[in-house]
Amino acid sequence: MEALYLLIPLSVAAIFVAAWLFLRMSDQGQFEDMDAPAWSVLHDDDRPPVAETETEMKSEADADAASPTPTVPGIQHRRSGD
Amino acid sequence: MGASRSLTGETYNYKVVRQLTIMTVVWGFVGMLVGLFIAAQLAWPALNFDIAWLTYGRLRPLHTNAVIFAFGGTGLMATSLYVVQRTCQTPLFAPGLASFVFWGWQAVIVAAVITLPMGITHSKEYAELEWPIDLLITAVWVSYAIVFFGTIARRKTPHIYVANWFYGAFIITIAVLHIINNLAIPVTWTKSYSLYAGVQDAMVQWWYGHNAVGFFLTAGFLGMMYYFIPKQAERPVYSYRLSIVHFWALIFTYMWAGPHHLHYTALPDWAQSVGMVFSLILLAPSWGGMINGIMTLSGAWHKLRTDPILKFLIVSLSFYGMSTFEGPMMSIKTVNALSHYTDWTVGHVHSGALGWVGFITMGSVYYLLPRLFGRTEMHSVKAIEAHFWIATIGVVLYIAAMWIAGVTQGLMWRATNADGTLTYAFIESLKATYPYYYIRVLGGLLYLTGMGVMVWNMVMTIRAGRPVDAPVPRLDPAHA
Repeated sequence: MEALYLLIPLSVAAIFVAAWLFLRMSDQGQFEDMDAPAWSVLHDDDRPPVAETETEMKSEADADAASPTPTVPGIQHRRSGD
Repeated sequence: MGASRSLTGETYNYKVVRQLTIMTVVWGFVGMLVGLFIAAQLAWPALNFDIAWLTYGRLRPLHTNAVIFAFGGTGLMATSLYVVQRTCQTPLFAPGLASFVFWGWQAVIVAAVITLPMGITHSKEYAELEWPIDLLITAVWVSYAIVFFGTIARRKTPHIYVANWFYGAFIITIAVLHIINNLAIPVTWTKSYSLYAGVQDAMVQWWYGHNAVGFFLTAGFLGMMYYFIPKQAERPVYSYRLSIVHFWALIFTYMWAGPHHLHYTALPDWAQSVGMVFSLILLAPSWGGMINGIMTLSGAWHKLRTDPILKFLIVSLSFYGMSTFEGPMMSIKTVNALSHYTDWTVGHVHSGALGWVGFITMGSVYYLLPRLFGRTEMHSVKAIEAHFWIATIGVVLYIAAMWIAGVTQGLMWRATNADGTLTYAFIESLKATYPYYYIRVLGGLLYLTGMGVMVWNMVMTIRAGRPVDAPVPRLDPAHA
């Protein structure tokens, strides 16, 4: 069953790479905040850009002011860097 | 530039996303059309018109390659290159290379459309394309990896959103799988011989095949799910912690499940058992993903009533749950003894392909298209609703027909008389399952019709809009 001499070491190596990557990312703090990242995609405004006229800029500003920024007790929307 | 948010002056690279998104829909229609044609051939064999290029044996791989790689693959490229930009708040790394990814991938697909009906094939399932095309795939894939990971490396957000983990795992694993499984000695431009032979080749093939399911058809599309469901539902992922836990669980368990394709073959018994056990374990992390996605609607269930895009996205997860329950069940050796080589396997594949992969892609594309063309929604929301219902009925007809056919075949093939002889001739099992082949054609026709509605809706949306590239916002520490 010679194919397994290739596949098993390859899969084990992949496991080691995955484990190394997981530990490295954990050390770098990727998994520190388990709450804010879920909201980050919702805060990203992907409404298509519209042509800039006075009324449209105003309605855009109104929409931004009106769009619900979710306030959930206990969650701080931290942004670090930049 | 908008007065109410500060911008960097750059725009996202929506051009390649637009190109990929449009071709996703086009190839979806083409791949499903070929699927309908071959389903019809199984019901009415004369439909090959005695022409070599139209025979089932040559067209089936064209169908599988078109729906998995042309439809699914292009859809993954489109959504991943959109999601990675927006979640990293930076335009794509190496835009020239991104353009090569699009054009190179389309060239691969066209090459498949030409060579497969000509009968030029490795004969390895889901890896039929011959060696020159394999080399092109490798070049495109390496470029794709550079663009994707390069964008992550350049990210302005410190945290890497979970969807990117799923996409990243898919990209890396497929590269390894593709190269290892397609190793071959070329003899002519159109013919090569696999490096492996016999049951060795079978093992490598199904290590590849099941990891393709696990990383291409599962991990990749879970990446899609983790972005587009929260965005469409306007709700955060139900449990971000769970998304990370089940990601790593999936990664560690999926690569051992391959042997369940080889139960009761020449593969050693212990290898078959490993495959069975890990396939059963896989049920847990898979359902973790399903529950996480569906429960994201917590507090927003009412939206399902009026939002057809959300219907696509959530129902896709129901089919995902079904398939990831059915799969482990079919991996049990005693169950597999009945199901292997029957149409039950076909039913299982299509519940995952039409129900999970198809629906999550359609929902995501319906979300994406308007934003790529400066519109707030698709040309016709009613048409999305119609597409959903037509397609769902199609899926249900398809898989129910295949379940009945498959179990019938399994039972008839194994029936023995008291003296040990087989009760039924093969032709008798064919006669018994024939009616279900007609029902399958109807199911497929409905699914394709839904896709046709999507093509129309896409064309109308594009005509009424214009290509826009969204501005990249500046990350403001004070902005909540």
